[in-house]
Amino acid sequence: MGEASLGFLNANQAAAEGAITAGLKFFAGYPITPASDLFEYLAKKLPKYGGVVVQSEDEIAAINAIIGASWAGAKAMTATSGPGFSLMAESIGFAAMTETPIVIIQNMRAGPSTGVATATGQGEVMQSRWVSHGHYGIVVLTPFSSQEAYDLTIKAFNIAERLRVPVVVLMDYVLVHTRERVVLKKPPEVEVLERKKPTKPPGEYRPYEPDPEDLVPPMANYGEGYAVLVESMAHDERGYYAPVDDVYERLVKRLVDKIEVNRHMVVESATYHTDDAEVLFVAFGSVARSVMSVVKEARMEGKKYGLFRPISLWPMDEKGLRKAAENAEQVIVVEMNYGQLVREVERIVRDKPVHLVPLLKLDLPTPEEIVEAARRWL
Amino acid sequence: MPARRFIVTVVADRCKECGICIALCPKNVLEKGNKLNWKGFHYTVPARPEQCIGCRLCEYNCPDFAIFVVEAEAAKGETVWARQA
Amino acid sequence: MAVIRNIHPLDRFLRPERLPHMWCPGCGIGIALSAFLRAVNELEEEGRIDSRKIVFVTGIGCTARASGYVRFDAAHTPHGRAIPYAMGVKLANPDLIPVVFSGDGDIVGIGGNHFIHAARRNMDMLVIMVNNMIYALTGGQVAPTTPEKIYTTTTPWGNPERPFNAVTLAWIAGANYVARWSVTHPELLKNSIKKALLMEGFRFIEVLSICPEVYGRHIGFRSPVELYTHLRKVVKIRGKIRPLETEYDWERGITLGEFVVRDEPGFVRRLMEVVKGGKA
Ligand SMILES: Cc1ncc(C[n+]2csc(CCOP(=O)(O)OP(=O)(O)O)c2C)c(N)n1
Ligand code: SF4
Ligand code: SF4
Ligand code: SF4
Repeated sequence: MGEASLGFLNANQAAAEGAITAGLKFFAGYPITPASDLFEYLAKKLPKYGGVVVQSEDEIAAINAIIGASWAGAKAMTATSGPGFSLMAESIGFAAMTETPIVIIQNMRAGPSTGVATATGQGEVMQSRWVSHGHYGIVVLTPFSSQEAYDLTIKAFNIAERLRVPVVVLMDYVLVHTRERVVLKKPPEVEVLERKKPTKPPGEYRPYEPDPEDLVPPMANYGEGYAVLVESMAHDERGYYAPVDDVYERLVKRLVDKIEVNRHMVVESATYHTDDAEVLFVAFGSVARSVMSVVKEARMEGKKYGLFRPISLWPMDEKGLRKAAENAEQVIVVEMNYGQLVREVERIVRDKPVHLVPLLKLDLPTPEEIVEAARRWL
Repeated sequence: MPARRFIVTVVADRCKECGICIALCPKNVLEKGNKLNWKGFHYTVPARPEQCIGCRLCEYNCPDFAIFVVEAEAAKGETVWARQA
Repeated sequence: MAVIRNIHPLDRFLRPERLPHMWCPGCGIGIALSAFLRAVNELEEEGRIDSRKIVFVTGIGCTARASGYVRFDAAHTPHGRAIPYAMGVKLANPDLIPVVFSGDGDIVGIGGNHFIHAARRNMDMLVIMVNNMIYALTGGQVAPTTPEKIYTTTTPWGNPERPFNAVTLAWIAGANYVARWSVTHPELLKNSIKKALLMEGFRFIEVLSICPEVYGRHIGFRSPVELYTHLRKVVKIRGKIRPLETEYDWERGITLGEFVVRDEPGFVRRLMEVVKGGKA
């Protein structure tokens, strides 16, 4: 116990290993590039850990199956890419509304629509937050290496289980095709959390009655005698449909606020030479790797560049970003879309010029390409 | 063999006056009442319980869990309310 | 606060504080639900089922509102998604008994793909499809089960579509058990549910229902009793016939009965066998 081992894994394999470490017991998926590898990896491996892997008829079935599995007591996950994620939209809201712990690995490829299945992209910054209709809370984490794919998948399960929320791990085509060294930690080296269980007997337990400190209701599983009602309609604490102003308002606010209240569990970012940075780059995922090279080379030439990398994309480390931007004269957001993350950065860093470097390329941009695209602000 | 006797109970506040039980009862036990429940329906009344043969067609065909029949020593028609102030 | 008493013999499976339910006077959904609850009650009294293992899953629609009235573990899932949800429940904990109870539009309309694949896999669950031949909750649009030529709000000149005979669909897709009953024969329905609840694999029971409020109004039978009486004339009980011989026709008749009883291994057993025996 407690030992670690080394793996040489791509982000798909690393995320699968992270899920197994976190205690994954049910996976449903539908094949799609670039998420099928993860699915196939788990199909071989998870049964050895007593888990079930099943291929559903489409992504809508996959997401609903993992929601059902979660209520039946399993830690549950699916993996997909843009087209499949879009199909899951309605039921991601269902998971949020019913406060069901689930993890979704979303490997971004170039969109829109079928786009380019074998090319990378970052078109789902906004979609990952607002994929479903209505207002609700959701957590999105974005690894930039295989190691982080491993670590953040474990973290994703911890957040999902503890806060009863859907958590998206937003990876990309480049990450899942890059094999690198991963330290596979096991508990107690790594923390694995479980959902809170009811403390009240079946007659008194209410599946949507939050604990006052963390706003998260304990969760009874199916088969434990609680007669829990998983209700997709607006509901009171018992799960009874309640089209009533104050009940509705309290519910929706809590779905959002419980993530705010537990921000410390979620929010994470990384900085690189930001202390004295005059030019602050902001980038996430595989693109941040290229931007890191830009900063490194610039530093060697004595230029004061820095990088802020959100690890939790939703919610973002706003304080950390503001601090990183303190000395910056320019903030440059590099992303592989036509301007999404930049809107958040503009909102957070109000007093600095924020520039967008949109890179609509099919391969990971090289550091030279990034410098070239950002030239006029450097 | 002595004739079997039944208590026919109508849950007045669940009845929606659909009339299915009345139409199906082979022994004319039930009839539409002239009083209204809190939802504004004339709830069914078990007017002639002594004629009941316990076939339970009324119970099995009621969409509202509003009528049921139990065997008893003496025949009886009952009107009860689930919701009590 | 009002006090609500348990009165009816089925109240222990209900949430009496939520009654009367939202269904219109004379709506057949309540008759179908009552038959289901009696089946569970009898099986439990006979010591053959533990009702705490039942997970009652519905989609969206009038029928689907049933999940809110039963005192089981339950789910009111998005429109059409009850079957995949139930699949996840079963595969995560094979001790549980998922029962899908939903409308015809929910199950063979928007959820049609899930339906045929769950049947193909012989996925362990009981699906009870309450067929009122219309999209009722949304006010009377055409359903995949609406008989030909019938007026609906989206086929105001009459329905040009051919309806599904869900019995043949379930059979051809591979279900272990296929039956069709009607709310006009609740005891036959109850017996069929009792049998199907104890089987493995995919079990499908279609229940013809009456929707006096919408379907009845469209075809000129506004009173529940009139519609009920008419449906009793439409349905024809037949013993020992095959799914292909069943009829689904509002004019010629709709065949009721038990059409498929197979004991092929359900998905859970198949999965366990391949994982145990195979090498990946
Ligand atoms: C994705 C989606 N599309 C449409 C609807 C609107 N809608 C609600 S119920 C329903 C049809 C229900 O028909 P059926 O399943 O036959 O149930 P019934 O009301 O007749 O019992 C529709 C289309 C919805 N809730 N969700
Ligand atoms: S049990 Fe039969 S005879 Fe008695 S009231 Fe009901 S329908 Fe009539
Ligand atoms: S069948 Fe039920 S709801 Fe309808 S009239 Fe009789 S008791 Fe009332
Ligand atoms: S609209 Fe039809 S199906 Fe819906 S509750 Fe009313 S009668 Fe029943």
